[in-house]
Amino acid sequence: MPRRKRLRKVVAPPKFQGYKPYGINGESKESVELLYEEYEAIKLADYDFLNHSEAAKLMGISRPTFARIYESARRKIAKALTEAKEIVTVFGDIELDGSWFLCKDCHAKFTCPTPTEGIGCPMCKSQDVQLIGES
Amino acid sequence: MKTVITSTGNSLESEFDLRFGRAGWFCVYDEANGNYEFVKNMNAEDSNGAGIKVSEKMVELGVGKVISGDFGPKAKDVLDKFNIQMVILQNEGATVDSVLKKIK
Ligand SMILES: [Zn+2]
Repeated sequence: MPRRKRLRKVVAPPKFQGYKPYGINGESKESVELLYEEYEAIKLADYDFLNHSEAAKLMGISRPTFARIYESARRKIAKALTEAKEIVTVFGDIELDGSWFLCKDCHAKFTCPTPTEGIGCPMCKSQDVQLIGES
Repeated sequence: MKTVITSTGNSLESEFDLRFGRAGWFCVYDEANGNYEFVKNMNAEDSNGAGIKVSEKMVELGVGKVISGDFGPKAKDVLDKFNIQMVILQNEGATVDSVLKKIK
């Protein structure tokens, strides 16, 4: 069986599921979907102050790819701030091999070797699952 | 796809086994035709390396998913490598049948 192509490596998943603006008129309608790798790119570059090649290396991707993800992340966050939209974090093309997920409904823990059709609980089919990290 | 549920015995009424490498039996359920069979774990008594041998057995059986109570790091390495999904349940005292019904 061929090994799945290695994609991007996220060092740690975000500690939140999203951000919500407050003090606005009415509910914010649409939301901006921030991918895990975009969150990671922002964290490495603007929080840990790594340069792009260091950050790219850590995520196991090329520098141009890192630059593209980073740019996309900044635009999304700028859009959310300016248009008072919610930010929702979602799985992107991250490396999920070896990671455990927890189903918040039935509490089954599981791995996702082939997360092609989205990540759902293998026992109860719930989509309310959480990445809980490697091993 | 085939799914394995670790079992303490060789019938659907047997208790779900929380151990993987040292499980007594494996209930192999075939999604394609709805059949199941019980395969004895020949490595249950091994003093070491049971996790790896049993993982290799899963590969040999063509299993895509294993439901158990725990997986050691070595077993996990092998199962990860062969894209076999691991599911951990802490349903102590559940019967194999009750686990099987959830995935049917
Ligand atoms: Zn579930």
